[in-house]
Amino acid sequence: MNVLILGATSAIAHETAKAYAAQGAALYLVGRNPEKLNANADDLKVAGAKQIACQIVDLDDLGAHETILKNADAALGGLDAVVLAWGTLGDQTASQTKVDEALRQFHTNAVSYISMLTLLGNYFEERKQGVIGVITSVAGDRGRGSNYVYGAAKGAVSLFTGGLRARLAKVGVSVVTIKPGFVDTPMTAGMKKNPLYASPQSVGNRIHKAMVGGENVVYTPSFWMLIMGIIRNIPERIFKKLSL
Amino acid sequence: MEELSVVDAIKADEEAQAKPHTQPIGMLASARARRYESWGRFPKSNPKRVVSLHWLNDLPNLESIEGTILPHGYGRSYGDSCLNNEGTLIDITGLRRFISFDPETGLLRCESGVMLADILTYFVPRGWFLPVTPGTKFVSIGGAIANDVHGKNHHGGGTFGRHVTAFELLRSDGERLICTPTQNPEMFRATIGGLGLTGLILWAEFRMRRIPGPFIAEERVKFKSIEEFFEISQDADERFEYTAAWLDCLTFKQYQGRGFCMLGNHDRLQTLPEQQIKPKNLPPVPVDVPSFLLNPLTMRMFNEVIYNMQIPKRIQRVSPYDGFFYPLDALQDWNRMYGKKGFLQYQFVIPYNDNYRALKNILNEISGSGEGSFLVVFKTFGEVSSPGMLSFPRKGVTLALDFPMRGSSTLELCTRLDRMVRESGGVVYPAKDARMSAADFQAFYPQWREFSRYVDPKFSSSFWRRVTS
Repeated sequence: MNVLILGATSAIAHETAKAYAAQGAALYLVGRNPEKLNANADDLKVAGAKQIACQIVDLDDLGAHETILKNADAALGGLDAVVLAWGTLGDQTASQTKVDEALRQFHTNAVSYISMLTLLGNYFEERKQGVIGVITSVAGDRGRGSNYVYGAAKGAVSLFTGGLRARLAKVGVSVVTIKPGFVDTPMTAGMKKNPLYASPQSVGNRIHKAMVGGENVVYTPSFWMLIMGIIRNIPERIFKKLSL
Repeated sequence: MEELSVVDAIKADEEAQAKPHTQPIGMLASARARRYESWGRFPKSNPKRVVSLHWLNDLPNLESIEGTILPHGYGRSYGDSCLNNEGTLIDITGLRRFISFDPETGLLRCESGVMLADILTYFVPRGWFLPVTPGTKFVSIGGAIANDVHGKNHHGGGTFGRHVTAFELLRSDGERLICTPTQNPEMFRATIGGLGLTGLILWAEFRMRRIPGPFIAEERVKFKSIEEFFEISQDADERFEYTAAWLDCLTFKQYQGRGFCMLGNHDRLQTLPEQQIKPKNLPPVPVDVPSFLLNPLTMRMFNEVIYNMQIPKRIQRVSPYDGFFYPLDALQDWNRMYGKKGFLQYQFVIPYNDNYRALKNILNEISGSGEGSFLVVFKTFGEVSSPGMLSFPRKGVTLALDFPMRGSSTLELCTRLDRMVRESGGVVYPAKDARMSAADFQAFYPQWREFSRYVDPKFSSSFWRRVTS
């Protein structure tokens, strides 16, 4: 099993990679920070990864996407699975006051995903097997006043992923849309924690299971499916008055 | 794409605490923040601030943190040694990576927030096991060292600290010390069993042991008296790597010590039928059990059932390691059984070369007190010496009891027990303590003054302030 991890210093991506490593997978890790990437690579190696290669690159740089895919393919000898897990939570206040900031958030969380997914879609369509796991968010299920720039980007990726899934299903490639709720990671370090927070370990294991099983849309932890079902169905005239 | 550095996180955290924070979907989330409490849930405590670590290359400047600091892992210490009331806790659970493993020597190096459960998950299938394990696998490596934990193999393997070959310590002045038995040896000895007070353990290296398979060849032998326990124990310590016993403390006056020994060795078997392997995880304890349900009568009934569940004197079976070493881990949040008020764990070790007189006196005292304890672990410690300056285990017999916290009557019983333990030449275990007096602690551990020379000036805990005041 050869797996490409995009955004490999993300805690959720790392735990997913660790579940693959435990089964002896070969891994290609992509991230920006060399020290952090190395720390994660060591961890995965001890956890059982058969082979590990790393590439330091900023995934905001769309021009690098093709090379990343080519390098990973060459280093591992073909890819069986890909996890897309980079992103930023962003600052809603900054994004709603500055156009640049809003577009920068959208670029990182949506445009770069569309770029990479387009390349990956064609790659796997040709290979006629494999699985693409895309980490979006419950925040993409509905536009909320407190977080709509991030939410809109994640929502765009969820929609895009749904379409890609329908296209690639015909050739036997699975595309898994993963919607984590609150996860206790460095990304949410500034938030006050509450009982809805899940550990990156449990979320990572769930993602691995969903990818191996070729599932479609996965909420993790699963109670978020219920919560978001309710949230999606609140009439807009009430919803707009809520401070969500 | 930015990730929060520790400094940013501290700032963000302060901001979050300064103004009412609007969370995404905040209305759905209850306001209860993540708890930093000890396993016994007594005493209640509030850290002023929590700093979470995630990367070894992104560490905070400890000196810039106001007030005292203390590392905190998964909160499995029973008393207040893992608490720093009104101070700062450094949450190390984000430091959870392996660093290296050498299958030739069995040396595993990992970050200090790695849980023992993580190690078991990745290493048992490859034929490796922890050199020493306590009764729960939900503890960090940092905590295992800081409390110099022991397990069922103490008579052969000694404490966890004996198997530690190196670690790196971050002091509040920014100094990073590699400690081994030969490099910074005093700091090495002070940190093992040093209750997290000598600095922050960043990573540690220790020797794993080979096992032939994931199963334990287990034997359970019932005993009817303290004398019989020691007879079985003496013979078992030679034949079994792992030994421990459960003792019915409540009926000591009546039966003079009944219970059963749980003995085991690693087994060669590689697999068992599916239904015997499947972990029987129970649902977590959902609520704090009302304290009136836990009274002397229900506890006596519980013990009666436990003791009589096994009818034959001796049974043998092969079982998965999980159930043998960590029976209580199957019941998540079992500490909630003791209700909101929490419980006290009391563990001591005393010599038993006096025809068990001191031990019997203590058991009589507990049995007569009406303060129930249904989870009682009983074990003999071997001759193997502990490497830490403040380590608890030493040759003798050890008893660990849980007392539901009922206020002054429970506290008074413990104080009486302290005196009996002290008079019989024994000591009480700091990692489990929430109430012993400064005088008793200093009598149990006269080396505390020497130890305190190695305590980092910014590090402190609720426990340390209590026992050194």
